Amino acid sequence: MHANRTSTRDIVYIALFAALTAALSLFPPITIPAIGVPVTAQSLGPMLAGAILGARRGALALLLFVALVAVGLPLLSGGRGGLGVFFGPSGGYIVGWVAAAFVIGLLHEWGWRSLNVVGSFIYCAIGGIIVLYAMGISWTAYYVNMPIMETAIASSVFVIGDVIKAGLAAVVAVAVKRAYPIIQKPSIA
Amino acid sequence: MSGEYQRTSVIHRLDAGFKLLVLAIAGTGLMAVNDWRVLAFALICALGLYRLGGFTMRRAYEQVRPMRWILVLLFVVQGAWQSWDLAAVVVLRISALVLLAMLVTLTTRSDALIAAIEKMLQPFRRFGVNPAKVGLAFSLALRFIPVIGAQAQEIRDAQRARGLEANPIAVALPLVLRTLRMAGDVADAIEARSPYDDDDELPPRFAEKAASTPARTSCTQTERQLETSSISRSLPL
Repeated sequence: MHANRTSTRDIVYIALFAALTAALSLFPPITIPAIGVPVTAQSLGPMLAGAILGARRGALALLLFVALVAVGLPLLSGGRGGLGVFFGPSGGYIVGWVAAAFVIGLLHEWGWRSLNVVGSFIYCAIGGIIVLYAMGISWTAYYVNMPIMETAIASSVFVIGDVIKAGLAAVVAVAVKRAYPIIQKPSIA
Repeated sequence: MSGEYQRTSVIHRLDAGFKLLVLAIAGTGLMAVNDWRVLAFALICALGLYRLGGFTMRRAYEQVRPMRWILVLLFVVQGAWQSWDLAAVVVLRISALVLLAMLVTLTTRSDALIAAIEKMLQPFRRFGVNPAKVGLAFSLALRFIPVIGAQAQEIRDAQRARGLEANPIAVALPLVLRTLRMAGDVADAIEARSPYDDDDELPPRFAEKAASTPARTSCTQTERQLETSSISRSLPL
């Protein structure tokens, strides 16, 4: 795929993964028994988009999803949406999904030939946890005037859920790579 | 977010791009203010705008309701650890900004906002952004959110019948594969209809593809949907 070219097929992939991320909001949140933190399926969206579509298309899919939320559609878990969510305390995470999908996609493109579940899990965790939380936590800390360490500790209860989701995304990504490979090495394409 | 678009007020009639611009300015401005009295005044102004837009105060409260416990928690934590002044600043700022942002959402149709986004993208043409393609992506996503949602429901029901509802992979993997197959079908349908997309170079590839594309009902439906702008459809979500 040429760097600056987005074919019709790419547009369709981008649009359908944005729609998939939206559809994930329909799954009821699962509560982790021990700590009582609700885990929503939605943040699988950036992991799947990045791991399956690659950096550019994955990030554009999530950018489209974020734009759909911004124009007022109730696509976030719990039926939230509209410009207001970006001004809430956790607005950084929603914007962070775009960056997470990009990083996850970049890592998957880089490790595409020898991709296995463990590698894919690590890539998903780097993008979907480290990058995402870095953005989410710094936004929250800045926006609500909390010290960054306290914010990070308060956010860490959600990490377990995201570790599970990274594992799930990795299994799906590797299975999809076999059945329906989309990311290709730039040298081949 | 069932916006009450039927109603008209001064705020409803304002240009979508203008409202977004005002929101951006208000957002930047309120982030710079650190006096709780000014922010309380901003909150009252925001509520006044709801009145001007013909909304009840109850409707305004509904907009911040989903985050009310976070706001209470923030207020208590900030007040106990730092100062009550800061606690008031933070909570008032978030409430005012969320109210203003949701007012834009409530008084502006989604398609008007999408049109505003497309217009804002015009200057980025030179960087390779094609606003028409952005519009296509928006319409496609809107069209397929209910479709993929229905697919997700179908797969969950099927796996429940097999006793697999507790296995998230049994749901996620078929959903992703179906989405990818659907994407392939839709792309074929679009290419069959308009091969001379400004990025596609050669017709022969298209001719070959069109011949090999099976006529599927889902594709026909898709094409019809693409013709009539699907943006204005209300979503059954």
